[in-house]
Amino acid sequence: MALYREQGIVLRTTKLGETDRILNVLTQGRGKVRAVAKGVRKPGSRFGGRLEPFGHVDLQLYEGRRGLDIVNQAELITPFDAVRGDWVLSACGSTMVEAADLLAQEHERTTSLFLLLLDGLRQLATVPAQPSVVLDAYLLRLASVAGYHPSLDACAGCGRAGRHEVFHLELGGALCAACAPVGSQPLAEGVLDALAALREADWGLDAAVAPAARRLAGSLVASYLSHHLGRPLAAWELVPR
Amino acid sequence: MYEGPIQDVIEELGRLPGVGPKSAQRIAFHLLNVERADAQRLADAIVAVKDRVRFCARCFNVAEAEECRICRDARRDPRVLCVVEEPRDLMAIEKTSEFRGRYHVLGGAISPIDGVGPEQLRVKELMARLGEEAVEEIVLAMSPNIEGEATASYLARTLKAMDLRVSRIASGLPVGGDLEYADEVTLGRAFAGRTEV
Repeated sequence: MALYREQGIVLRTTKLGETDRILNVLTQGRGKVRAVAKGVRKPGSRFGGRLEPFGHVDLQLYEGRRGLDIVNQAELITPFDAVRGDWVLSACGSTMVEAADLLAQEHERTTSLFLLLLDGLRQLATVPAQPSVVLDAYLLRLASVAGYHPSLDACAGCGRAGRHEVFHLELGGALCAACAPVGSQPLAEGVLDALAALREADWGLDAAVAPAARRLAGSLVASYLSHHLGRPLAAWELVPR
Repeated sequence: MYEGPIQDVIEELGRLPGVGPKSAQRIAFHLLNVERADAQRLADAIVAVKDRVRFCARCFNVAEAEECRICRDARRDPRVLCVVEEPRDLMAIEKTSEFRGRYHVLGGAISPIDGVGPEQLRVKELMARLGEEAVEEIVLAMSPNIEGEATASYLARTLKAMDLRVSRIASGLPVGGDLEYADEVTLGRAFAGRTEV
């Protein structure tokens, strides 16, 4: 069995047998890797504490059979303990890793996705005043990284420049009056501006953005990403706002 | 494939958690060889667990009566309440003989990624108990994993407004373990939670 070493972020863990876990890890060089960590649920495990979700780790793995590798050694680079220890931050972080888990393909290198998740978790670890805004900004960037960059400054149908007030999930952004399907409802005031601000700001939003517009923009981002992922994000529903 | 009852037993055993087809086959043939009385005792025990075991009306531990043995025990300290995820955690704490208070079983832990939030746990029932009983201290005894920490953090926030002492069980080095092999998170917590001797 070939041995390899990779940096990664633990996305989720599933119990296996009495004391083992299966890990989904987003690695820097091999995309998503599924691996068995033996004995990590035992209190005396050598690396159980290093392989919890959100952990940024340096792993040594054996290539296993049936797509399941085996963790041989694990070193912790950043535990993101602050994110794990707070329920609101944990809910935001869970949504981040859930979305990354759905998007990442096994053994398909996506360094941009890895770096975006690492950046998102780092932002949460600073204990921001509005963690849900950090999450919304992450999901918007994630959509772009995944190839679903929403068109906010031009019509997603004909390309006509300007802020158009109808948003179409399937067509990928704002639509002008000519392209919008009959009966489309325009977005509430300020929502498109809030989306643009989320895209451009450095993981935060100006206090000038109205809370209602911010919440609607967050819901729209989650709906947009869920639409393209083909399923809703379970953790997003539980994020306190 | 076997025929008749032996195949039925293999299939039923194979549906149990952690029992694969080979193990199911081994157990089924073991059952075939045991005395009839032994097999009957096992069958009766399985039926009895379904018929007679229910959740305690007060703490949601498994019980045979309306209330569990611990809730009925007048010697237990009613001022201290230990909140656990599952009845199995309660039994693990009971084995230590260190805790003489009462319990509240949440029935799981918050796990946003699995869509499990506070609404799916017995948090409302906990709040109702705090209103009715003379509880002075709450001990949060959740597992030191991501779900347990999210649950403890949520409860700590929710209980903060109440006039209660809220504590969390310590986490750190296992007895019999070697310090040099401890991971950074565990050792860090053991250090942060050090006690004066």
